[in-house]
Amino acid sequence: MLVALVSRLGQMLLVMFGISVVAFLIFFATPGADPSARIAGRNASQETLVQVRHDFGLDRPLPVQYGLMMERLFISRDLTSFVNRGQKVVPTVLEAIPVTLSLVFGAAVFWVLGGLIVGVVAGATRGSWLDRTLMILSLIGVSIPVFWLGEVANLITQSRWHDSWLFSWVPPLGYIALTDSPWGWFKALVIPWFTLATLYIGLYGRVLRASIIETMQEDFIRTARAKGIGERRVLINHGLRTSLVAFVTMFGLDFGALVGGGALLTEVVFGLQGVGKLTYGALQTLDLPMILATVIYASFFVVMANFVVDVAFVFIDPRARDGH
Amino acid sequence: MATEMPLLAVENLCVSFRTDGGVVPAVSGVSFSVERREILGVVGESGSGKSQTLLAIMGLINSPNAIVTGSVRFLGQEMLGLKRRALDAIRGRQVAMVFQDPMTALTPVHTIGDQIIEQIRAHESLSRGAARRRAVELLDAVGLPSPESAVDRYPHQLSGGMRQRAVIAMALSCNPALLIADEPTTALDVTVQAQILELIGRLRDSFGSAVILVTHDLGVVAEVADRVMVMYAGRVVEEGGKGQLFREPLHPYSWGLFGSIPPMHGPRPARLTAIPGSPPKLSQMPQGCAFGPRCGFRHEACAAQPSLGSAGGHRSACFLPREGRHELRRTLAGGVPA
Amino acid sequence: MDNLIAGQAPVRSRRGAEGPWRTAWRKLKVDRAAIMAFGVLVLITAASLAAPLYARYVAQTDPFATNLNGEIVINGETKQVLEPSTEGLSLGFTPLGPTWDFGPYMLGADNQGRDVAARLLYGGRNSLLIAGAAALICLGLATVLGVISGFFGGLVDTLLSRILDVLWAFPIFLLAISLSIVLISQSISIGPIEIRSGSLWLPVFIIGIVYVPYVARPIRGHVLSLMRAEFVTAAIGIGAPPWRILLYDILPNVITRVIVFVPLILALNMMTESSLSFLSIGVQPPDASWGTIIQDGQGLLYSRPIVALAPGLAIVISVLALNILGDGVRDALDPKSSIRVA
Repeated sequence: MLVALVSRLGQMLLVMFGISVVAFLIFFATPGADPSARIAGRNASQETLVQVRHDFGLDRPLPVQYGLMMERLFISRDLTSFVNRGQKVVPTVLEAIPVTLSLVFGAAVFWVLGGLIVGVVAGATRGSWLDRTLMILSLIGVSIPVFWLGEVANLITQSRWHDSWLFSWVPPLGYIALTDSPWGWFKALVIPWFTLATLYIGLYGRVLRASIIETMQEDFIRTARAKGIGERRVLINHGLRTSLVAFVTMFGLDFGALVGGGALLTEVVFGLQGVGKLTYGALQTLDLPMILATVIYASFFVVMANFVVDVAFVFIDPRARDGH
Repeated sequence: MATEMPLLAVENLCVSFRTDGGVVPAVSGVSFSVERREILGVVGESGSGKSQTLLAIMGLINSPNAIVTGSVRFLGQEMLGLKRRALDAIRGRQVAMVFQDPMTALTPVHTIGDQIIEQIRAHESLSRGAARRRAVELLDAVGLPSPESAVDRYPHQLSGGMRQRAVIAMALSCNPALLIADEPTTALDVTVQAQILELIGRLRDSFGSAVILVTHDLGVVAEVADRVMVMYAGRVVEEGGKGQLFREPLHPYSWGLFGSIPPMHGPRPARLTAIPGSPPKLSQMPQGCAFGPRCGFRHEACAAQPSLGSAGGHRSACFLPREGRHELRRTLAGGVPA
Repeated sequence: MDNLIAGQAPVRSRRGAEGPWRTAWRKLKVDRAAIMAFGVLVLITAASLAAPLYARYVAQTDPFATNLNGEIVINGETKQVLEPSTEGLSLGFTPLGPTWDFGPYMLGADNQGRDVAARLLYGGRNSLLIAGAAALICLGLATVLGVISGFFGGLVDTLLSRILDVLWAFPIFLLAISLSIVLISQSISIGPIEIRSGSLWLPVFIIGIVYVPYVARPIRGHVLSLMRAEFVTAAIGIGAPPWRILLYDILPNVITRVIVFVPLILALNMMTESSLSFLSIGVQPPDASWGTIIQDGQGLLYSRPIVALAPGLAIVISVLALNILGDGVRDALDPKSSIRVA
């Protein structure tokens, strides 16, 4: 057990190392992509370029540059932005985390509940008009680009119907810290939550429905029915419970990816200063230290999510415990 | 005879399925009854409608394309078309079922104990602790070694035989008056088969349950059953007491069945006879007697559908004159049928 | 998972009775939703291809030229394409709203006075082209990698799988954005191929690459299960050479799986392209795609919402049609596969 855990942790470190190298290479070693040219600005003279290269350590060999970057990111933690001189990278990322967490967490509550309801109801009423309606709605939800949905939401709640009783409570775009005002936090985030959750409700509803329908054909469902325990119990305690394995796996991975910056588009559209938006801003100015920090942060969450899913798997699926 | 109500009375049960190629009958006009503490053996090849008959009794055919008609009365109460709630008051409590494949019959994500406790508590207001104690007792009663730890095991942690014992323990958990076992030993090793059969045979004594035991293994029936019903192509072709039916089977199909296994007593036959041909496809049922095309004694009368005679304890659905059938059978056993 | 009949290859390489292709086609033919979705896609493609005709004969403008001082006569009334205004976010100008007439400025103008309807069609051309070309790259690469990895196994498999694992753990969207930002403003040359900066081929290339692990993994898994199937064991048993097994036993079975992926990857690509373009790191001006038009419309969202709404609806309809078609194709070809639509 311990050996398995250690080897799993080792694997995680290896993957994160791989990701940091890939990210580093993309920005520092792409043929023709000279970071110093970006920093120095267009039409910079040759001397300026050389100076910039030296200042930022870009004239050293790549492995050394990589090592220095990691040292300053993890050990001394004094890595500073290339663009806003003096802005420390690590605290900036730490500041953005609560925003992203608030966004993703709230959305996750909506999409898990929504996905469960849609999946179970559609699965249980397979072939009915209710099932068909839910599936069409899910498919539409899966097909809407999140940034566009966000814009439509903004158009309705911030402009067109903002003055009606329906949406007059919606605060202007932006984040309100939970510690400042819990109610304000909720009001500022509830529309972003719905926007972000829409895709996943559709996705999870569809996957769960398919999984439940498949499970309900199994022999053990017949056994459960023969026990005389009532159809709802059969559906929830046997059908749904067995289908949850796939559901939880998906959830872990999606949650990790979103916390790791996947919610970027939602953050941009709703003006939320989260990690995704931070990444996006850093990418636009090619602020390499910031990009590396956010990408590694992101990979950390993705890898962690993988790990948590594996652990959760053991709890949900007894078969996984014995290595089946 | 008719003074006491039978435990289970099935009358004219029909099960058919709507398919792309029209309505296909799986069970046609099956009637039989089971008395208290009786073990009824049902034999027949795969596809003879045995399993569908049982599933229909249990109300477990819920394909939207299935059509189930006829009557199934348990202690006088009609079970077909019963509301789910009323059905669930009977299912699992008074009538329980054991399925063919123990490997897939248990929900993989719950422990054996939890699945038994769930059934107990669905029917009796018992505390969790008490239900758990009952589960341990049941597992002990069906011969699961170290039942205290087995109760917390997951299905995949048990062997096939152990799982089938657990399934049987679950079926017995509410002391059912009738246990329906659908080929409970088919998926098991031969050595385990004997143990499970012995267990089912003992049930009547220790739990007082009647049993419908479906199998395609005649040996099994000979071992435990009181009465035997032979099914072919969705119909009952012969029914009678075990001794009678084994000694003097009346239907040519039964002759074929018995001819295909070596006899325990008497001279060894030169070769075992096989029934020529194969069972009809359900979608292409022959006119008249379904066994006709494979029967060596077919004659004009067989173009009509024979009915299961209602005479006494031993019935068969065949147009051959009752007298002299044994002589006919002997010609079959002696070699080539006409 | 894989429903393989022992000893018999599910896809026969020779013509026999009804093969799986014919079965699939028979199933797909009666799937009304899928047929309708396909029809919608054909219509959208045709409309997009007709973009130059529309611009020339209906809109009568060049949808790529700014038209800040243009005027147009509607119902005998002369209107400026960009009206000065004191409110809104659009720099003191509000572009012309939709006329809803099948003519110039049917859907109004954007903040540079360009015809939105014409740009929508041109944008559709690019969106479809990028999604299609990237799907080709993605499925091609993924099939090759997945088949090599699964077929040869051993060291090759380990190496490829590890690389795919790392890419898989790399947040796909961040990878696409990172690559786009680095590459979009400069030309790259890989051997003889040179891609200009701002070229359409950059998003094609990037989107084509990032989803490779997504497809390669299941294909590798499928090949691995095929390699264990009895008809392959049988083929090895009768001494068939590896290339023959690959060509006659593995590939025909993999192809069905790949085809199931086609509509889904197209949908995914279209979404990704629009997201990248929305972040201005996809299609570069003066070219347009649905994503860039939404980006153009963002500043006009509260005054002329149609600029952002129309291309968004176009994306929703196209992606929805692709997803419906994808469901149909999957049900017809490979009902047991559980491929996630995202």
